Amino acid sequence: MKNTLRQVFHSPKFVGGFVIFAAILLLMIIYPLINPGDPLEMIGVNTFAKPGTYVSLYDATKAKYEPMRLADAEDKRLDAYLSAEDRVAMVEWFDLAGIDISNLDIEDTDALMDMWNDNYDPAFKVKGMTKAKVNYFRRLDNSIQQLQSADVIVLADTNEETGELEETGQVSKTDYVNVNSVVNVKFLPLGTDNFGRDVFKELVSAIGTSMLIGLLAGSVATLIGLTLGLLAGYVGGVVDDIIMFVTNVFTVIPSFVLLILITYSISQDQRGAAVVGGVIGLTSWTWTTRSVRSQVISLRNRDHVNLSKLSGHSLVRIVLTDILPYIASYVVMAFILQVSSGILAEAQLSMLGLGPKMTEVPTLGLMMNWAMLYSAHTNGSWWAYFPVILTIALISFSLNLMNTGLDQVFNPTLRD
Amino acid sequence: MAVSEKAMEQKDFTNKPLCLSGRGVTKVFGMGDKKTVAVDHVDFDFHEGEFVSIVGESGSGKTTLSKMLLGLSNATEGEILFQGKPRDISNGKKKKEYWKGIQAIFQDPFSSFNTFHKIDSVLLDCINMRGGKNLSKEEKTAMMTEACSFVNLKFAELTNKYPFELSGGQMQRLMIARIFLMKPKILLADEPTSMVDACSRATILDMLLNLRDEIGMTVIFITHDIGLAYYISDTVYIMEHGKFVEYGKADEVILEPKAAYTKRLISDVPKIHEEWDLSTVDLLTEK
Repeated sequence: MKNTLRQVFHSPKFVGGFVIFAAILLLMIIYPLINPGDPLEMIGVNTFAKPGTYVSLYDATKAKYEPMRLADAEDKRLDAYLSAEDRVAMVEWFDLAGIDISNLDIEDTDALMDMWNDNYDPAFKVKGMTKAKVNYFRRLDNSIQQLQSADVIVLADTNEETGELEETGQVSKTDYVNVNSVVNVKFLPLGTDNFGRDVFKELVSAIGTSMLIGLLAGSVATLIGLTLGLLAGYVGGVVDDIIMFVTNVFTVIPSFVLLILITYSISQDQRGAAVVGGVIGLTSWTWTTRSVRSQVISLRNRDHVNLSKLSGHSLVRIVLTDILPYIASYVVMAFILQVSSGILAEAQLSMLGLGPKMTEVPTLGLMMNWAMLYSAHTNGSWWAYFPVILTIALISFSLNLMNTGLDQVFNPTLRD
Repeated sequence: MAVSEKAMEQKDFTNKPLCLSGRGVTKVFGMGDKKTVAVDHVDFDFHEGEFVSIVGESGSGKTTLSKMLLGLSNATEGEILFQGKPRDISNGKKKKEYWKGIQAIFQDPFSSFNTFHKIDSVLLDCINMRGGKNLSKEEKTAMMTEACSFVNLKFAELTNKYPFELSGGQMQRLMIARIFLMKPKILLADEPTSMVDACSRATILDMLLNLRDEIGMTVIFITHDIGLAYYISDTVYIMEHGKFVEYGKADEVILEPKAAYTKRLISDVPKIHEEWDLSTVDLLTEK
């Protein structure tokens, strides 16, 4: 036993898979301790906030300012605030005014601003330009001038006695606030989703639920498959015929179709994570049965089984102590594959809207379903679905890697 | 007593009570065109205390017959009588009762033991089956020690070890220790020496003969080695293509063979002081 374990942990494939899987498990266990609370809590009012650190604007104005003169601050500001639309409009005006723009880089804010300051003249009239267009360029110039001016933002509050606005403070462009001294800062590593929920927190909770579904599905499938396979293989005869008939019938019907039909017939509010896991397990035991049966058939005529019979052991005891230990490694591998395919099956079902009910716990499949329903993929909110895809891929990759590693240890013909 | 000395004193067993006998025992595998008759209507009478050898080449149906005798597979046709009465192994309880009377040693010691069970549990199973379940731990240990010393093994060294930690010869001796504890009426030894070296072979055969005398059981010895059969057995059955072509006292069958097949088997044995007669081998290849 100890030897086998050592061998298993010497397989680079198994160790690779194990490390990835353990990392995901650790994240799943530790993150809720650091960041407790309901993963489905809607913290954002708007949808799809980008990933990043969010600083409370209110608290930032109350925090202590520290004036700083940073040389590149103004450039950065211009760079960021001058929208792409404005830049195109500026170039359009240069073109209309007959200025040479062949050397102008639209991304080069400095050159663009210099040229605008040098050349723009509100009085300049282009032939055939509508009044609206002329006014548009005037407004553009206005906003550009505002960007450049060294104005302050005035903070005002209503005086309770007179009801008038009174200046309470000013925020100048050179004022800086230490993020640590702002009371409310929220770090959202993966932004928020369509309901304004923290995607990362949701993802960690979803990993847990999906693993649970996979584990349940794998356990149910392995248990049914193992029991039927052992019975069919060891007892043989009519029992074998009946079990193999049922197994063949289930093998011929595509299990996913069966899965859809069964989940469809269960109403939404009865479809918890456990129910879905159980149903997935109930539809995916056939291959385990078939392969366990064939292994048992090759084992049941071995001498050690005969010796056990001659020693007067009962059928149950022979199956449990003389057959099961010999196929245990195989069963473990089948179980790992079943868990992996259980997680995938849940994701597929939830994408179709037949997964667990949406109000209780998030699952990986449900997160994909939400992202799809609220068109995260078309509005560029990659954080709502891409990490989920990556997690599903990582989980099944690590499980399959472990399975291959185990296979190499237990199957001598695959050893290099 | 050495193996060769044993062979000298062959007794007449025909007057002794019957232990195991068969009438028209047949085993057929498959159906229709793919039908294989492994054992074809064989009759036999094994007496109490007799050392019987069943000799035949590979594929002659020896092992199939032994499986049927052990009750591990059912005969297609025919009847097997245990101690003169038709054998009844229709349910688990009756089978268990039958197996108290008949035990086996298998060909390959390396696959005969469950690699997950310790040696102690193998021997304890035998004590439990003989109704020693309620004995004290000391008594059980004493019995196991006695059984091990009978086959020149030290129980103190074996306890808490796994069978695969032993050599092939030691494992086969452990099997004999099992039989010593079980004390069955019949022992079916299916080529117990074919997988061990020549030295261990003599030891194992000697132990089998001693055990036979100790318990007074019948030994059915299945082998492909006619020379070996001659030296150790009282009675020899020669099996060819699922049939007994010749049987009788070892001396009669081997020194004055009547069936062509027996003659061929005897001529196939390599001899030390003569040139090896390979004429029968040529005959076979020409066919």
